[in-house]
Amino acid sequence: MTKQLRFYGGIHPMEGKVAQSVAIAEPPLLETYLVPLQQHIGAPAKAVVAKGDQVKRGQVLGEAQGFVSAPVHAPTSGVIRDLTTCLGPSGAQIPALILASDGEDAAAEPMPAMDWRQATPADLKLRVAAAGIVGKGGAAFPTVVKLSPPPNKKIDVLILNGVECEPCLTADHRLMLERAADIVTGAQITARILGLSTIILGIENNKPDAIAVMRQAAAGSGVEVCCLKVRYPQGAEKQLIYAVTGRKVPSGGLPMDVGCLVQNVGTAAAIADAVCLGKPLYERVTTVTGTPLVSPGNWRFRVGTTFAEAIKLAGGVKEDPAKIISGGPMMGMAVYSLDIPIMKNTSGILLLAKGELTQFEVRPCIRCGRCNDSCPMGMMPGILSVQIENQRYELAEKWHVMDCIECGCCAYACPASRPLVQHMRRAKAEVQAARRARAGK
Amino acid sequence: MISVIVLTVTGLVSGLAIGLVVKFYGATPNPLEEKLLQLVPGANCGGCGFAGCEAYAKALAEGRAKPGACPSMGEDVVREICALLGVESQLRAPMAAVVCCSGDDDHARRMAFYNGINDCQNAMLVAGGGKGCIYGCLGLGSCARACPYGAIEIRANHIAVVHPELCVGCGKCVSVCPRHIIKLTPKSAPVHVFCSSPEKGALKKTFCSAACIGCRKCVKAAAENQMTMSGFLAAVNYDNPPGADVAAACPTGALRTAAVVLESTRG
Repeated sequence: MTKQLRFYGGIHPMEGKVAQSVAIAEPPLLETYLVPLQQHIGAPAKAVVAKGDQVKRGQVLGEAQGFVSAPVHAPTSGVIRDLTTCLGPSGAQIPALILASDGEDAAAEPMPAMDWRQATPADLKLRVAAAGIVGKGGAAFPTVVKLSPPPNKKIDVLILNGVECEPCLTADHRLMLERAADIVTGAQITARILGLSTIILGIENNKPDAIAVMRQAAAGSGVEVCCLKVRYPQGAEKQLIYAVTGRKVPSGGLPMDVGCLVQNVGTAAAIADAVCLGKPLYERVTTVTGTPLVSPGNWRFRVGTTFAEAIKLAGGVKEDPAKIISGGPMMGMAVYSLDIPIMKNTSGILLLAKGELTQFEVRPCIRCGRCNDSCPMGMMPGILSVQIENQRYELAEKWHVMDCIECGCCAYACPASRPLVQHMRRAKAEVQAARRARAGK
Repeated sequence: MISVIVLTVTGLVSGLAIGLVVKFYGATPNPLEEKLLQLVPGANCGGCGFAGCEAYAKALAEGRAKPGACPSMGEDVVREICALLGVESQLRAPMAAVVCCSGDDDHARRMAFYNGINDCQNAMLVAGGGKGCIYGCLGLGSCARACPYGAIEIRANHIAVVHPELCVGCGKCVSVCPRHIIKLTPKSAPVHVFCSSPEKGALKKTFCSAACIGCRKCVKAAAENQMTMSGFLAAVNYDNPPGADVAAACPTGALRTAAVVLESTRG
């Protein structure tokens, strides 16, 4: 029995992974898709099609603008009905296209398939960029940027993130069970681009079936499967790096500062598709779950499918949901509209019934320190929140508020039900504004 | 007993020492600055552009500031300061803040139930506050807390209302409003457009029954150049403001006087 790997702090919330035994299903073609042009961090893609244009599946709809950006591809064939805006999960309006499907789902001329063992790393990287691949774990950071570290940073370990520590979500779990070989290929391609040989796949040991399947698929490929003790937020980049390699990312630093690159298993599978099949990223596996749903499950949705359609596919609701969350219960965003489209980083849609929600009464901090024990970044959220309430943002910056990953462990652990994460977010926004103001001067 | 004597003697000696040091080495106070310090209001609102009233008084004495810059100073006090400084009287037109939104809970739709921290800037971080109109007043009181004069009231139906008689126009609320819907306007202007959304009228109507729908009726009712349109939103030309009667032309009630707003919004 090997030592169980984990990070410091964290919590163990209920898992609620009811959809883990439901195989990934292919949803039927929809009449319209609402395709956002900004499905990633960075500059929004620039629309290269006009109203009335006929497009085919996989055709470029929006081109990347700048280095930190990603192109957007058509999820099916049809006509561009309008250029508009749509509501994103964060509540902001983002530019989007309405694509009316023609029902044929005709594919555009695919990019030529590549033999990744022969292709040069530069060509592979170009393909990753052209396929519009972004981190599918949540942040949607353009993958090609992560694959282009500055020359003074040497990356020697690629960590595949199959942890899926977020309660209720099962998309990555199903993906590992059903597409293990592609995940391994994607990892090998990434390793070739970066010129490294150490690939570690981190999986929590509450998914023994995925561990077994991945071990089998990884045999002889150089990918080492690493079992981790169940602990939230193990899937957070810095926590996973520590659990797997024992390396600590310095405050304000990036994984590349300790020679690591963390990639979601979904992203690896998308890279394999892009390189081996020439298929751009226009669909992803998303979990639709929650007690109000008739049949929770996992679907391979095309981007631009609205939440309303996804819920309809899950059999509709048997009771009125009180809260709808894009993502999981810990880090997801509550949304107030069902006209939000599924994007490249939508890992789940979670519906909560009225009985599952609590209206908290916020009480003063009693200095019990549970938040400190649970903070995986080693911060002091309770004391920080008191300072933030008094608008002492400069002090908060000194106390490393910018290290907060907004995982929500502190708020989960707080017996006084303090909205600690919201305080941290406020302080981070204020500190960022102050930094911008300083830089402007 | 000994300790009492020792302490008394120590106190006397150090008091004497401090007195001597101040007498021979202390900075001679500027009598002009002293007098000005008596005259400035002492609210430290920062509306003059200086760090506080003391800094303003100092700047006045050194000739770096104008007497009319303080928003809360009475006319007679400004005259007095002008006389003290020997400059010509420079009065600034009295300004008042206006929260350009009529979207209280009776008129505007809320899309979500927000139960986070009771502050507009915090609410903005959670899906933009959950109000249908992304330009509407969140009514959680960031402006009211920032106001040093207590001139902003948050009504029970979640809208900020400015009491013009208390407002001095320092502009603190303008900078804290995360929706950027508070404007400084001349106190003499009778009517204001209580809507800030640049969207099309039809879209605004879906969220708010009191929005400016861009019908231009006020532009036609007012004399030329008194009301203008900026996109789909009517705007008062504050250099040549229309009379209070033009408000009658507005079908939604977005164009109103501040007094009507104070009365009409449920308290």
